[in-house]
Amino acid sequence: MANSQLREPVGVQWGLRLLAIGYVFMLVAWPTSLIAKYTFADGFTTLRTALEDPVVLNSLKLTAIVALSAVVINTVFGVGISLLLTRYEFRGKRLLSALIDIPMSVSPIVVGLALVLVYNGRFGWFGPTLEGAGLQVIFATPGMIMATAFVALPLVIREVVPVLLEIGDDQEWAARSLGANAWQTFRRITLPSIKWAVVYGVVLSLARSIGEFGAVKVVSGNIENQTQTATLVVEQKYQNFEQTTSYATAFILAFVAILCIVIVSLLRPKEQLS
Amino acid sequence: MSIEISRVGKKFGDFVALDDINLSIPAGELTALLGPSGGGKSTLLRIIAGLESADTGSVSIEGVVATHLPAQKRNVGFVFQHYAAFKHMSVAKNVAFGLEIRKRPKQEVKDRVAELLDLVHLSQFAHRLPAQLSGGQRQRMALARALAVEPTVLLLDEPFGALDAKVRKELREWLRRLHDEVHVTTVFVTHDQEEALEVADQIVVINEGRIEQIGSPDSLYDRPANDFVMSFLGPVTSLAGRLVRPHDIDLAERDGVLGSVPGVITRIQRVGFEVRIGVRTDEDPEVTVTMTKTHARGLERGSKVWLVPTPGAITVPTMPPRALSA
Repeated sequence: MANSQLREPVGVQWGLRLLAIGYVFMLVAWPTSLIAKYTFADGFTTLRTALEDPVVLNSLKLTAIVALSAVVINTVFGVGISLLLTRYEFRGKRLLSALIDIPMSVSPIVVGLALVLVYNGRFGWFGPTLEGAGLQVIFATPGMIMATAFVALPLVIREVVPVLLEIGDDQEWAARSLGANAWQTFRRITLPSIKWAVVYGVVLSLARSIGEFGAVKVVSGNIENQTQTATLVVEQKYQNFEQTTSYATAFILAFVAILCIVIVSLLRPKEQLS
Repeated sequence: MSIEISRVGKKFGDFVALDDINLSIPAGELTALLGPSGGGKSTLLRIIAGLESADTGSVSIEGVVATHLPAQKRNVGFVFQHYAAFKHMSVAKNVAFGLEIRKRPKQEVKDRVAELLDLVHLSQFAHRLPAQLSGGQRQRMALARALAVEPTVLLLDEPFGALDAKVRKELREWLRRLHDEVHVTTVFVTHDQEEALEVADQIVVINEGRIEQIGSPDSLYDRPANDFVMSFLGPVTSLAGRLVRPHDIDLAERDGVLGSVPGVITRIQRVGFEVRIGVRTDEDPEVTVTMTKTHARGLERGSKVWLVPTPGAITVPTMPPRALSA
């Protein structure tokens, strides 16, 4: 306390705090809370009506399938790529590291268009071959999973890589010299050390995947009850003057995302303790 | 011979870490690889362990060619400078790791862990996490963990480098006693000449990727092969073109002995029982002479003195023969 008083006058401290809190409130907290306010304007009726709408239900189901699949894929590949980036030397390593950041910088719409160009069944570079083999990618679930996985790709990796770098490879080498093979070393030494980073990455990926809109809209074709995820329903219902259903669906999405963040903040202190 | 290293070379990019190393490490002894940081000694140790691969040459352990054998098949125990403790496991679990990987029966693992923890005096800490131990305790745990699998050779990479001076000295003596008990072929890397002289049966001096000299601590100290070995094994000073140890110089207040070099005292510094005297001669800006407090009585700055190496003192030319031929 004595230190912070030495640094700035009390008035400046309070001014800065108010500015920061006001900024976050006006930009994030207030608008988000309005979604909840409109959803519960007449008690639970709006939420119940929305959940009785098959379009909403199907979209939530699809969102769950797409998001969970994308998270599983990104977790497995994310941990693998993280090990590759931190434990091995190879040509093109920096290029790979830069490529992983592309989903962070490119607009999801561009991601969707790019996938359509490669995988669409009529003139895509790879699409007709796949469709010939009976696998439809664009305007179907596989394409939506791919688009979501693409967008959320860096999240697990960016959590796990710093932890792997920090713990170093001494423990892994110690395990190897004690007779453990690569898999035993990973499961018994590496994985327990990066556990919390993986959990944190998974939760972030899940929140990101549930909320994905642009890329999924382009590749899904937005077909009601078939390829429409919850975010797409929010937009459609809003434009079709079914605002209350739109608010309720938006609230469910926001609620799950906030739940993810709460879980993360509960996990974080544990991560620092271990 | 327990470990045979023949023609081993290793480069990191343009940097030559090891240059055509040939070395035999005898079974059952404690060998020190001594040299300055970046001289290649740790790289050599990691190549023996299989943590690093050599570009050229071969390594065999107990007659088995190990050059292309992965680390987990070499049966070596490795102890790291920063302990490499498995942070999420208890002390007992750390020590049991190698035995559990080898799928030994539960009771055997339990007994062996208890025995080893007793050996390294950590029995009462069996259920603690490594983070709850001091540095010295963690390193003893790492040693017990490495010994648990009954390795053919025990390799220690600067094992006491991260510890403070007092603990380092205690552990050093303890390692010597432990080795006398278990007799496993042991190689340890150090940059601390005192540690090597005190603990090792045999010392290998390594500098700039090459072996400078191999020998017992006494033979290295008494017959250093060149100026590098001599200056690495303890303080030296140069007097009239030769390297001499500062305590091997006789200082007289008048010119009596043939070959004495005249000079003027520029500095007198007392460190405990020892007095360090700096003398400026015509040839050398400062020759250091050390003596006991009693002998230094009556000397003061500005006094004129005569210096000569004590009869029988070891001296080495300051100009290395290598540099002359180059």
